[in-house]
This record gives sequence, structure tokens and C-alpha cells, in this order.
Amino acid sequence: MSTKTIATQRASMGMPTGRLAVWWLLMSEIVIFGGVLVSYIMHRLAHPEWAEQAAYTNTWLGATNTLVLLTSSLCAVLAHAAAEKGNGPKASRLLWLTILGGLTFLIIKSFEWTHEIQEGFTIQAGGFWSYYYTAAGVHAFHVIAGMCVMVWVAMSAAKNQDLHRVENVGIYWHFVDLVWIFLFPLLYIAK
Amino acid sequence: MTSHSQTSHSGHDGHERHYVIIWAQLVVLLLVSVFGPMVATHYGWHWLLLATAFGVAVVKAYMVAKNFMHLDVEKPIIHYIMAIGVALMVLMYGALAADVQKESGQNWKKSAGFHHSFTTSKPAEHGGHAKGAAGTEGTTEHEQH
Repeated sequence: MSTKTIATQRASMGMPTGRLAVWWLLMSEIVIFGGVLVSYIMHRLAHPEWAEQAAYTNTWLGATNTLVLLTSSLCAVLAHAAAEKGNGPKASRLLWLTILGGLTFLIIKSFEWTHEIQEGFTIQAGGFWSYYYTAAGVHAFHVIAGMCVMVWVAMSAAKNQDLHRVENVGIYWHFVDLVWIFLFPLLYIAK
Repeated sequence: MTSHSQTSHSGHDGHERHYVIIWAQLVVLLLVSVFGPMVATHYGWHWLLLATAFGVAVVKAYMVAKNFMHLDVEKPIIHYIMAIGVALMVLMYGALAADVQKESGQNWKKSAGFHHSFTTSKPAEHGGHAKGAAGTEGTTEHEQH
């Protein structure tokens, strides 16, 4: 169990500073992803012909990536449960599995994008593809960022240090998963 | 550990099983969101497409937020913070949707590339605003003189 100083607890909020900061971060992320998704929805409704372009996206790869992210989220929440018990090494192993899920997601994405670009569907191929690469690209950047932070947290968790960070990074990771839950039908299903 | 943890996470073994059950339910919903739209497209049922693609996405998002992010047991301030983000998103849609999605309005119509050309005067050559784009009939009359 980690020992914390008074400075890490927000007395007025009744919650740890780190977790409060993560939620503030996620609010700003809602504005970022919300802006992208809302503008995509508006333009998609204004352009029914974009459905023809969306038909070229690979539903099975999108679904596989959804499964990968859902599973990585399970690992993250199980890591949190292990940290609750003070079992840092187990939490660390589960975080490494979560990182592996993120890596698998990126590998599948890179294969998918390579194929699409080779077919001529670049970011300049039309309005749909501009949104497709922008939304999925910003999301992939967040996956990479989450993985980097998770490596750091997993290494300290293995030594039973700062276990409260396992929950914090998990909340962020679930949000990244949650964004993909909306990107999947918007980019892969609505054809 | 955190106060959140102390108040809401007793019975850890039961929680682990709960998380796995939630994950299994999410996977089932994923299958519904993949095969539902296929059935909907085959039969031309637009409502089923919307329900299985986007309705299921909302349910999945709720399940992740509630069970994995533990938003249901968070302090009310966190709910308010999240509500601000969502409200800004809705505000953006409300403020811009009409301009983006409508083809025409009072004294304007949409041409290619989302440029607006005024119906009361001749459109410009390359999609921009027409001459006298100040938008009033008075301006057009002035140019005619």
C-alpha cells in the first residue's frame, strides 16, 4: 500500500489530486474529440455520398481493434483491482498486458492504413478520408501517449510504489477505449 | 490507497469476476454492432441500423464509464466537470449544424465546397461569395447604378 503526503489529497474535493487532474484532462479531451466527432457527424449528414467512401473501410479490422481495446481495458481495470489489494507486481503485469493491447491496436491500424493509402485513399482523397485519418490519427496518438505513461506506472508498480497511479492511468485508458467505441460505428459501420 | 477505493471497492475478488462479466457483455454488444447493421442493410431497416450501430455504442460507452471508470461512484464535482465537456459538444453542434447541413437559407444557397452564394445576385466564378456579398438587395441595386 502506498503512503501519501497531505499535498496529494484535495481536502475541498475529498479526492486525490492526481485523480482529479485526470478527470480535468478528460474534460479537455471531450472537447477535442467532441469537436472532431461533432463536425464529422454534421458533414456526414450533409454529404450522404460519403457512405460510398466509408464502404471501403474494413469493418472486420475495425471490429478486431474494438475487441483489442475492450480487452486491454479489462486488463487495466484488473490492474486497478490488483493495486487495490496492494499487489503491485500483479498490477504491473496486467498493465504490461494493457500496453500489449495498445501495441496490437497500433499494428493493426498501421496495416489498415498502409493498405488504404496504397489503394489511393489518402488524407487528400476527399472529405470522408480527411476526417477518417484525422479522427483515427488523433485517437492513435492518445493510445501511444497512454502506453508511454503506462510503461512508467507499470515499472513503479512492480516495486509496489505509487499504486494509486494505476487507477489514474486506467481511467485515461478507459476513456481512450470509450472514444473508439464511438469512432467504430461512425467510420466503419455507417456505410 | 485512495479514498475512492476505500469507499467503493470492498470485496475485490467479486469485483474481478464482475469486470470479466462486463467485458463479456461488451463483446456480445460488439457482435451486435457488427452483425446488426448487416441485417439492417439487407432488409433496408434504417431504424435497426441506427439502433445497432449507434444505440449499442451509447450502451457500451455507459457500461465502460460506469463499471471500468467507476464514474457512478465518483464525487458529484466529477459529473459536473464531464457535463461541461459534453455541453460544449452539444453547443457546438447546435451552433453550427444548420449552417453545415442546410442547403439554403434566407438570401443564400450552398454551392460546391460549402461556399455560400447569394440568391439575389449572380454567383461568383469560383464558388466564393457573389459580388455585393454584403448580402443585401440594396448593395446589388447600388452596383447596378
